[in-house]
Amino acid sequence: MSPADRFLRNHRNEHLLFVGRLGFATAVMALMVGALVWRYFDLQISRHGDFVTLAERNRIHVRAIPPPRGLIFDRNGILLADNRPGFTLSIAIERAGNLDALLGALDELLDLGDSEIERFRELAARRRPYESVPLRYNLSELEQSLLAVNEYRLDGVEIAAQLIRHYPLGERFAHVLGYVGRIDERELKTLDPAAYSGIYLIGKTGLERFYERELLGRPGAEYVETNARGRVMRVLDRVPPAAGANLRLHLDARLQEVAYQALAGARGAVVAIDTKTGGVLAMASAPSFDPNPFVTGISTAAYKALVESPDNPLFDRAVRGQYPPGSTVKPVFGLAALDSGIATPSFGIYDPGFFRLDNSTHKYRDWKRGGHGIVNLYDAIVQSCDVYFYTVGTRMGIDRLHRYATAFGFGAPTGVDLPNEAAGIMPSREWKPGARGLAWYPGDTVNTSIGQGFMTATPLQLAVATSRIAMRGEVRAPRLGRTLGLSPVANPPSAAPIRVASEHWDEIFRGMRGVVEDRQGTARSAIAAMGPATYTMAGKTGTAQVVGVKQNARYDPRRLTKTQLDHALFIAFAPVESPRIAVGVLVENGEHGSSTAAPVARRVIDAFMQFYPDGTGHE
Amino acid sequence: MSKPDFDRHLREPGAAVYGRRSHWLIPHVDPVLTLLLVILMAAGLLVLYSASGRDMGQIQRQMLFMGVGLAAMSFAAQIPPRMLLRWSWLPYVLGILLLVGVDLFGSGAKGAQRWLAIGPVRFQPSELLKIAVPLVLSAYFGSRLLPPRFKDVCLAVAVLLVPLLLVAIQPDLGTAILIGAGGAFVLFLAGIGIRYLAVALLGVLAGAPAMWLFALHDYQKNRILTLLDPQQDKLGTGWNIIQSTTAIGSGGLTGKGWFQGTQSQLDFLPESHTDFIIAVLSEEFGFLAVLALLALYMLIVFRGLAISLAAPSMFGRLLAGTISLTFFLYVFVNIGMVAGLLPVVGVPLPMISYGGTSVVTLSIGFGILMAVRSETDARG
Repeated sequence: MSPADRFLRNHRNEHLLFVGRLGFATAVMALMVGALVWRYFDLQISRHGDFVTLAERNRIHVRAIPPPRGLIFDRNGILLADNRPGFTLSIAIERAGNLDALLGALDELLDLGDSEIERFRELAARRRPYESVPLRYNLSELEQSLLAVNEYRLDGVEIAAQLIRHYPLGERFAHVLGYVGRIDERELKTLDPAAYSGIYLIGKTGLERFYERELLGRPGAEYVETNARGRVMRVLDRVPPAAGANLRLHLDARLQEVAYQALAGARGAVVAIDTKTGGVLAMASAPSFDPNPFVTGISTAAYKALVESPDNPLFDRAVRGQYPPGSTVKPVFGLAALDSGIATPSFGIYDPGFFRLDNSTHKYRDWKRGGHGIVNLYDAIVQSCDVYFYTVGTRMGIDRLHRYATAFGFGAPTGVDLPNEAAGIMPSREWKPGARGLAWYPGDTVNTSIGQGFMTATPLQLAVATSRIAMRGEVRAPRLGRTLGLSPVANPPSAAPIRVASEHWDEIFRGMRGVVEDRQGTARSAIAAMGPATYTMAGKTGTAQVVGVKQNARYDPRRLTKTQLDHALFIAFAPVESPRIAVGVLVENGEHGSSTAAPVARRVIDAFMQFYPDGTGHE
Repeated sequence: MSKPDFDRHLREPGAAVYGRRSHWLIPHVDPVLTLLLVILMAAGLLVLYSASGRDMGQIQRQMLFMGVGLAAMSFAAQIPPRMLLRWSWLPYVLGILLLVGVDLFGSGAKGAQRWLAIGPVRFQPSELLKIAVPLVLSAYFGSRLLPPRFKDVCLAVAVLLVPLLLVAIQPDLGTAILIGAGGAFVLFLAGIGIRYLAVALLGVLAGAPAMWLFALHDYQKNRILTLLDPQQDKLGTGWNIIQSTTAIGSGGLTGKGWFQGTQSQLDFLPESHTDFIIAVLSEEFGFLAVLALLALYMLIVFRGLAISLAAPSMFGRLLAGTISLTFFLYVFVNIGMVAGLLPVVGVPLPMISYGGTSVVTLSIGFGILMAVRSETDARG
C-alpha cells in the first residue's frame, strides 16, 4: 500500500468491498430464510398430524357425569336409601391460581378443618387433569350465600348441585344398609378409575358395600371444549350416564322399626327370617347411629364420640357380634341325640344339680341349684336342663356335636349378602389345637353341649339355625336383597337338606313349643305376660356366661359389673303348625333369655303376624 | 476525474446540486417500499383482529399507531441526507441520556425497567438507539477511509458498548443484542477486517460461560434451557414454546381458517397478539401464508438493499444497508423464536405484532431509508 493510498479514498475499492459484504450478507440471509422455511415445513407439513393431536388434546376434555346411585327399597317399596340434591363446593385447580391463598380465603369463610384440607390435597394429587376437586359437600344456605358474596375473589371455586346419598330412616337401618362415604386413598388405589370417574362416594359398609358394583351405575361423559384456563366453552358431545340398579330388599321397614324399638335402651340384636324364602325380614342392632353424617364426612369429634362410646354403636352385633349361644343350641343337640340314637323321647336321666365326668371330681353345674330331678328330652328342652345335655352331649362326643351344629349353620358364615360376616366358632377336635394350641379335653365337650365354652355364634346364625329347625331341615342361605333392577338377586346354590326322621322333628317342635306354653317352660311367664297370642310359637331361651363362675361359687349378679352380666338369648319360630318366621334375639348383659330376650322376639313375631296374616306372598 | 473522485472534493455530498428548499418541497416517500409496508400492515391487522379475540378497539389503536408510523416515515423521508449526517450524533446522545434516566427512574414491566413515561405516552429509549447507533456509526465510517483502521474500530466499539451495556442492565438482553447487531452490521459493511470478526467471535465464545455464570438472570437462563428441551418445564417456561409449536404445526399447509385456530382462540397460545402473533398466522392460514409473509419481508429487505447499493455516499450505503439487515434480523429472530429455533427474547414481529413503539420505530427507520434514496434521486 503506497502512502498516498493511506490518505486518499479509493472509492472503487470501497464500493467493491461494500458490494462484496452485502453479497455475503445476502447469502447468509438466504441460509437463514432457508432455516426458517425448513423449520416451518417440518412443523406444519412433516409433523402436522402430531401437532393436530396435541392441539385437540389441549382443547377437548372429557368430563365425567356421575350416574345416580341405585335406590334401596324395603319389600313394600318404602325408600331406605335415597339420592338428594345437595350443593358441593369444588375447586378447579387450573383456574385457582394461588391455591394456598384460595384455601386460606375459604378457611376464613367456612372454617375448614385441617383434616378437610389434608383430604382435599390428597384428592387433588390424584385428580385427572382439569377435574375439579370437591372440598365440602352439602353446603348450608349460609355457606352458599357466603360463597356467593365473595365469589369475585374466589377464582376457581365451583358450586355444583350434586346428588348426595340420604338415609331417611337413619339409625334404624344404619348397620344393615351401611353407608357410602368419600373414596379414601386405599380404595382409590384399587378401584377402576374409569368406572368411578366423577364419583366421589363408595359403599363403605353393609348392603351399600356388598352391592356396590350394582348400585354404582355407569358414569356418562361430556366432551367439552375448554380454554387454557380450564373454562368450558361449549359441549361437543354427551354420553348419558346409566343409573345404578335399584335394590329391593326382603326387609320390612315396619318390622325393622318394631325390632329396633323392642331393643330400645339395650345393647343387642334381632334377626327375623322369612323361613320359606330365607329372606331377612328384620335385622337390627342396637345401639345404632345416624349414617347420614358419614356420607358427607363426619366431623372428627362426632366420629370420636361414636368410636369411644362404651356401647359401641358402630358395631353391627347382628352379623359381627359373636356370643356363646348357650341353651339356644339345645334343640339342635337334642335333635342330634335323637337322630344318632343316643336318646329316645322317653329316655330319662336323673339330674342332681350337677354332672361329673367319669374319673373326675369336677362338677359341671346345672343352672338350677338342686337340679331338675328326672328329666327326658321334652323336659330338658322345656326346663333347659343342663345336666341332661351334659349327659347326652358327652355320649355323642364332640365330633357328632360338631357335625350336627355345622349342618345348622354354626361355625361358618351363613353367606348372607353383607360384607365381613363373622363365622362364630363351632369347636372341634381339629379346631382346638390350631386355635388354642391345646388338645381336646372331655370337659370341653361338656361345655360345648350347652353352647358354652369355646362355642360362639352370631345372632344371624341363631336365626338361621332356628329357620332350619322350623323348616325341618331345609337349608337356605339368608338373603337381604330381593331384586336388583328388574332381575331377582341371585340366590346361592341351596345346600342338601338335613335329613332327620319326621318324628324327631315333631319331638323338638313339641319341646320348643313347651318352652313357651308349658307350665314349666322357661319363657312361659315372660311370653304369657304379653297377653294371649293369635298364633302358636316355639322357642328356646339361652343365657350365656360372660365370666366364668368358680367351682363352689354361685352366679351373683350383685357382685358383677354391668358388662359382666350374662347375655340373654332367645330363638323362636311361628306358627308351629306351618312356620313362616324364625327369629334370633340377643341382649348383651340381659341376664336371662326369658325375661329380656323373649319379649323382643314376641313383639317382632306379633307384628309380623299382624302385617302378614296370610303369609308373605312367597309361598 | 471520475464522479466519485469529484464528490470527494465537495464539502458535503450533493450540496451544490440541489437547494435546501426544493428538497423539502419534493416528496421523497418511496412508493415501492410504502406499498409493500402497507400490504404488510393490512395483513397484520387481519391476523391481529383474530389474535385479539375480535377486539375492534385494539385494531383501532393499532391503526392509529400505523398512521403515526406512516406519518413519521413520511417526515423522516423528507430530511435531507446532509442534515442527517450533520446531526447524526444528536439521537445517540439523547438516547444515552434517556437510557440513564430510565435506569434511574423508569417504570418496570415484568421486573425489567424499560419504559419512560412522558405524559400519556410510554416510550422505550432503547428503541431510539436501534436507529441512533447505526446512524452515528454510519456517519463516522462514512467520513473515514475504509476499510476501517484499528483506531476507528476501537472508537466504534466504544460508541456501541455504552448503550449496549445500559440496555443490558435494564435488563433487556434481547434489545441489547439487537442494538449490538445494528452496530456490528455497520462495521461489517464498512469492510472491517476478517481478523476483527474472528477476534469478536472468539470473544463471544469465551465470554459466554462467564455471561452464564455472572450476568444472566435466572429467567434468561431458563429461556435458553427451554429452547434445548421445552418439555422439562411444561407449565412454566416451556409452556410458550410448546403451545406455539403446537399452534404452528396444527395449522398445516393451509391453516384452520380465520378465527378457527383453537390454540389462539382458546388462549392456549400466550402473547398471541404481540410477540407470538406469527403462530396465529401459521395456525389459521397455514404454511403457505408463512411463505407469503416471508416473501413479503424479503421484498422489503431487498428493496432496502437496492436503495443501499444505489446510494451515492458511503454514509447512505452503510445506513440503508444496516437498516435493511437489522429489519431482516428482527424478522428472523421473531419467526425463529416462536418456532422454537431461538431463545425467547422480546422481539415483536415487525409491523404485525400489536404495539406502537415497534411500528413507529421501524417506520422511522424506513423513512430514513427513503431519505437516503432521495440523495440518489437528486443525483439522477
